[in-house]
Amino acid sequence: MIKLSIKDENIIKAREYAREIVNSLSWLMSDYSSVSIERTVLRLMRIDGIFDSTPLPNIVIDLLSERNVLDRGAAYWIANAMIYKNASAQEVAESISKDEFDPTKIPTMPDEKVFETLEKLTTEMLKHIKSQNKFREESYAKFGPRKKPAIYVIVATGNIYDDVVQAKAAAREGADIIAVIRSTAQSLLDYVPFGATTEGFGGTFATQENFKIMRKGLDEVGEEIGKYISLTNYASGLCMPEIAAMGAIERLDVMLNDAMYGILFRDINMKRTILDQYFSRMINAYAGIEIQTGEDNYLTTSDAIEKAYTVTASQLINEQFALISGLKHEKMGLGHAFEINPKIENSFLYELSHALLTHTLFPDSPTKYMPPTKFATGNIFRTHLLNGMFNFISQITDQGVQLLGMMTEAIHTPHLVDRAVAIENANYVFKATKDFSNEFQLSKDGFINQRANLVLDETIGFLKKVSEKGLFKAMKNSDFADIKRTETGGKGLDGVFKKSDNYFNPFMEKMKLELGI
Amino acid sequence: MSIIIDSKRIKPYGDRLDDGRMQFSFSLPAPCNEVGKEAAKILLTKMQLNDIEICYLSDLGEGFTHFIAYASTSETIDLTKINVKVVDTPVMDMKATDEFIEKEIGHSIKIVGACIESDAHTVGIDAIMNMKGYDHRYGLERYKYFDATNLGAQVPSEELLRIAVDEKADVILVSQIVTQRNIHIKNLTRLIELAESEGIRDKFLMICGGPRLNHELAIELGYDAGFGTGSYAKDVASFIAFRMVERNKN
Repeated sequence: MIKLSIKDENIIKAREYAREIVNSLSWLMSDYSSVSIERTVLRLMRIDGIFDSTPLPNIVIDLLSERNVLDRGAAYWIANAMIYKNASAQEVAESISKDEFDPTKIPTMPDEKVFETLEKLTTEMLKHIKSQNKFREESYAKFGPRKKPAIYVIVATGNIYDDVVQAKAAAREGADIIAVIRSTAQSLLDYVPFGATTEGFGGTFATQENFKIMRKGLDEVGEEIGKYISLTNYASGLCMPEIAAMGAIERLDVMLNDAMYGILFRDINMKRTILDQYFSRMINAYAGIEIQTGEDNYLTTSDAIEKAYTVTASQLINEQFALISGLKHEKMGLGHAFEINPKIENSFLYELSHALLTHTLFPDSPTKYMPPTKFATGNIFRTHLLNGMFNFISQITDQGVQLLGMMTEAIHTPHLVDRAVAIENANYVFKATKDFSNEFQLSKDGFINQRANLVLDETIGFLKKVSEKGLFKAMKNSDFADIKRTETGGKGLDGVFKKSDNYFNPFMEKMKLELGI
Repeated sequence: MSIIIDSKRIKPYGDRLDDGRMQFSFSLPAPCNEVGKEAAKILLTKMQLNDIEICYLSDLGEGFTHFIAYASTSETIDLTKINVKVVDTPVMDMKATDEFIEKEIGHSIKIVGACIESDAHTVGIDAIMNMKGYDHRYGLERYKYFDATNLGAQVPSEELLRIAVDEKADVILVSQIVTQRNIHIKNLTRLIELAESEGIRDKFLMICGGPRLNHELAIELGYDAGFGTGSYAKDVASFIAFRMVERNKN
């Protein structure tokens, strides 16, 4: 195996700074919650559906928020009402939406009854989530583990039924993971749309029903071809934990779930994002869902050589945030990308060095390698070749997940043929270079080693600076991606609130206990 | 002997003048066999093509087949009759543009840019505006005589106009990358209509850009200019400089 020569002490140093950065935010997670976390609690209590096109979880949380009682947590109020009305959580939510009932204007039921109700609901849901995880594990046992690098392709027609056709075709061609890209702008919706959807822009809405439809399609084709096909969506934006919960319920396998992406690239408030990512990652950890992070975004906005260290720094911060949510390394798909200008001499060596650095830092993680997009110009022939080089690096540096490049990148969302051609490219390169890396060693003082060490040194310097300032202040100073974000700016801050002493989130409590965090 | 090209009657060139040879790649919901192959041939025939050669077919699953084909067209084009609207201001580099503005205007030009409405893809606006630019061409932020602000992704049209008014901008730059079901046309139209209804359209030079945009379409939508694939910051910068000087004269 091609190996970098990097001093362990430098890796430890970088990790230590990242740990300090993340630990200094523990006050936020222990003292605050958000409307999206509370809506997630309702979804986990099996409250679903819409009234007058607004999702029930939103209606209920908005009411509790208006009544100034959300600081106790939504779970308590619903359970209290369930006992009072002798009704299910769904029935309670429905009568609230119809304006027939106000859960804050009824007598207080005995505490032990409330907790008993919550205990029952929590156990039931967590049992379901565990059974989904078990199904996944058993499928891998039956069909064999996922390939490495796994072939990851995107479907994005806007219509979930077209998506299923394309996903099944891709699975037959050799795809291991199907990602359904979300409709552009969904990340900024402060609710999750409902039902099966057939219109979207640049993607398909993430809804629970759409998750279910695609899951069924992939299970069918998987059974036929003898392989478990993984399904991916996005636990990101203003509804991070809600989508994680929906994914856990419907057995998604992978979730895009970056700790800082929303803050930097979607201008979502930092407190809101850090809180939401904490619970969403905990749900993912509990459900056995692999997360993927979006470091590729640093390189599409900045230069891929100059700012290579921002990728490494973000990976290390994402790792620490994942660890405190209970995620294990084998479920952390830390991201990076092949985005260096192809006109640069030795661009391939730079890419190889960067990819090796990622693998060296996270040897047990299914690191996710993202394809060239910035220099995909519409020249499909050149892009196809770039994708081949990108596939070559992935195979020889043992990446976990290969998001296949499409030759029609920068032209349109992939056509059926584009995807097939991309899979053929990857299959050929992976096979042709299978044992390549066993045959070579890097020269100790050569370009690749020097480059990787330089990037790591820059990373350490950067993380040290951020740990001294604190993450929020660093973001205010535009230290990340040259983008300035403030603690009180961005979308969604009004959905953050301080928890009272008797706040209770039964799902978080139980998950923490079982995950040992 | 040299090849004589008749500009009034040009045809695709494969490896001989006027052979009309063209390359095709498409998929059909047809089986991957002789029936499917015949279907592909008939399709190309219906497109008035001849000498059709289906050189490759492969099964895409779910009942679809991929075809690669070559065929010849007998159509010709009269190049001399073509008339397209293009940005016709000369293109200068950063230094020349700055010097030009310094001399002709004497103060900096205020620019606000954004990806509007649902579009979350900033790669275009970033390439044109950000300091670093794209492919070794510096972005507008680097120019001495531009005061450029990139508002980033998913900026509602209302907000973009409000900021442009508040900041007393001279130029509004809009990027649209996502083009599925013509969403880019709808968004761009909306922005212009809003500006017109508020009576502020003519306060600004309004420029749009994106992979499916060109100058002609931009003019049709009511913009002052449009820049498509292959445009760099210097193209946009030169246009702004020349047009601002023109506006100042009027």
